[in-house]
Amino acid sequence: MTSVLHVQGISKRFGGLQALSDVSMRIELGQVYGLIGPNGAGKTTFFNVITGLYTPDAGSFELAGKPYQPTAVHTVAQAGIARTFQNIRLFADMSALENVMVGRHVRTGSGLLGAVLRTSRFQAEERAIAEHARELLDYVGIGGYADYKARTLSYGDQRRLEIARALATEPKLLALDEPAAGMNATEKVQLRALIDRIRQERCTLLLIEHDVKLVMGLCDQVTVLDYGKVIAQGTPAQVQSDAKVIEAYLGTGGH
Amino acid sequence: MTRLTPRHLFWALGLLLLPLLLQQVGNGWVRIADVALLYVLLALGLNIVVGYAGLLDLGYVAFFAVGAYMFALLSSPHLLETFPALAAMFPTGLHTPLWLVIPLGALLAGLMGALLGAPTLKLRGDYLAIVTLGFGEIIRVFMNNLDQPVNLTNGPKGLGQIDAVTVFGHPLSRKIDLGWIELPSVTLYYYLFLALVLVSVLICHRLEHSRIGRAWMAIREDEVAAKAMGINTRNMKLLAFGMGASFGGVSGCMFAAFQGFVSPESFSLMESVMIVAMVVLGGLGHLPGVILGAVLLAALPEVLRYVAGPLQAMTDGRLDAAILRQLLIALAMIGIMLWRPRGLWPAPEHGKNAQAPVAGSRSAAP
Repeated sequence: MTSVLHVQGISKRFGGLQALSDVSMRIELGQVYGLIGPNGAGKTTFFNVITGLYTPDAGSFELAGKPYQPTAVHTVAQAGIARTFQNIRLFADMSALENVMVGRHVRTGSGLLGAVLRTSRFQAEERAIAEHARELLDYVGIGGYADYKARTLSYGDQRRLEIARALATEPKLLALDEPAAGMNATEKVQLRALIDRIRQERCTLLLIEHDVKLVMGLCDQVTVLDYGKVIAQGTPAQVQSDAKVIEAYLGTGGH
Repeated sequence: MTRLTPRHLFWALGLLLLPLLLQQVGNGWVRIADVALLYVLLALGLNIVVGYAGLLDLGYVAFFAVGAYMFALLSSPHLLETFPALAAMFPTGLHTPLWLVIPLGALLAGLMGALLGAPTLKLRGDYLAIVTLGFGEIIRVFMNNLDQPVNLTNGPKGLGQIDAVTVFGHPLSRKIDLGWIELPSVTLYYYLFLALVLVSVLICHRLEHSRIGRAWMAIREDEVAAKAMGINTRNMKLLAFGMGASFGGVSGCMFAAFQGFVSPESFSLMESVMIVAMVVLGGLGHLPGVILGAVLLAALPEVLRYVAGPLQAMTDGRLDAAILRQLLIALAMIGIMLWRPRGLWPAPEHGKNAQAPVAGSRSAAP
């Protein structure tokens, strides 16, 4: 199997807090990889490290077999990692379609002159961008809302729109930060089906999630973090029966 | 914007005939229209920075000043008087032609825009506004004091004897007699400014609906998300500053030619504030709104002259006309912001062609 993202020995310290210490994981092609842990375990820090928001103190990355340095945030999408945000961050005053079209930015190249002169190359590219964006809106199931401003969409649809926007960058790895947060049961079932479909048809996924049921049902591999350390790694079944994991989530008792 | 309809024709005819009607009333009215067009040009440029990219720039008048002084230096005797060596090279004086001045003004102001934008890249909102406000003042102070040690700008006395714009060998300061109608200088300038405004509107409209325009708006909406989408926010912000400033530069060139005289007084902070007010009052990021805002705020003070005068007479001169005018403008602005907080003519709420969502589109979802 080829790995999509291979990280080794990531450490990150904030002052006196060791947010991540020696975290390693290997995400294989076509997997849904789960990252779980109690609040404050370092999940989001890890996420921010691989998407270039934080520079790690130590560690190395390999993306699709090539060494990868997430130095500037905007180069991460170019390299092939797209993300969504825990607290939805859409371009609220732009239409749903335009949101996804922005996602195409990194895979297109028209400049100022092309836009002002409306060259035939520019027009062809614009048409392709719009077409691709519409396809993606249909793909996540909100094609009917293409011309609605992002902020007028319902919560679940905004989550879908964020996924569509991330998919527009043609990622090798799609990283979802708590995609099920705040969703009701029906929306969760739909989200699960969507993630399954993306895994089969589009790309590998990394999932940070609190909802243990969703993670256990969806993921092929799971890493459990606690206090910045990896305490368990393996299939959901292996992780579920791990004593350390149970301790981290439920406490040791006897206090 | 894509196809010509009778409505476009009506507008075109109206805009072409407007000065001819106004000049019947008095050339002063055409002059008001000219100045309004220059402000439209400024507002369109600032709209790129504030409306599209969401960067609040309170020093925009600096680029207007750069354009105006550039034209003044390149088309008046001042430079040759200061540098005799130059005078030997241009025995007939410096007279830069229009086709060179406009791109040069746009380029120089654009460069200044990017240069002044560079240190502010990490700032947002109020902090950015304060820094740009400082930059605007710095430029004005430079213009005011660069008469020493080498007399570049002639200081507070300003630069005069600036050439009028020459189009096809005809200086626009001279009227054209068509026989059946006379076109005075102000009317000729009106057509030149109108042409520049139309070209600018076209450029803005095309940028708005392009990859670059979307990137700007993404930065305005959420910079972190824009970065995560792979947008190089530093370059895009610099581009917005530069593009916006270049419009200001062209407008400045035209202002200098139109007035025949520039001095630092014309580029005060109040001007920057007025241009921001035009953009915000009209409708941030929406071209028709921005144009409406610029025309209204540029013409309103002049029109109010004719309202304030009679009011003053009615109160036996107890009301001062100038102060009354300021008061009425302020009241109008407060009123508009209270009743139309998103501007007089904001972008439509639901996108341009939103129809009711297709029933069943969600059941198609997985």
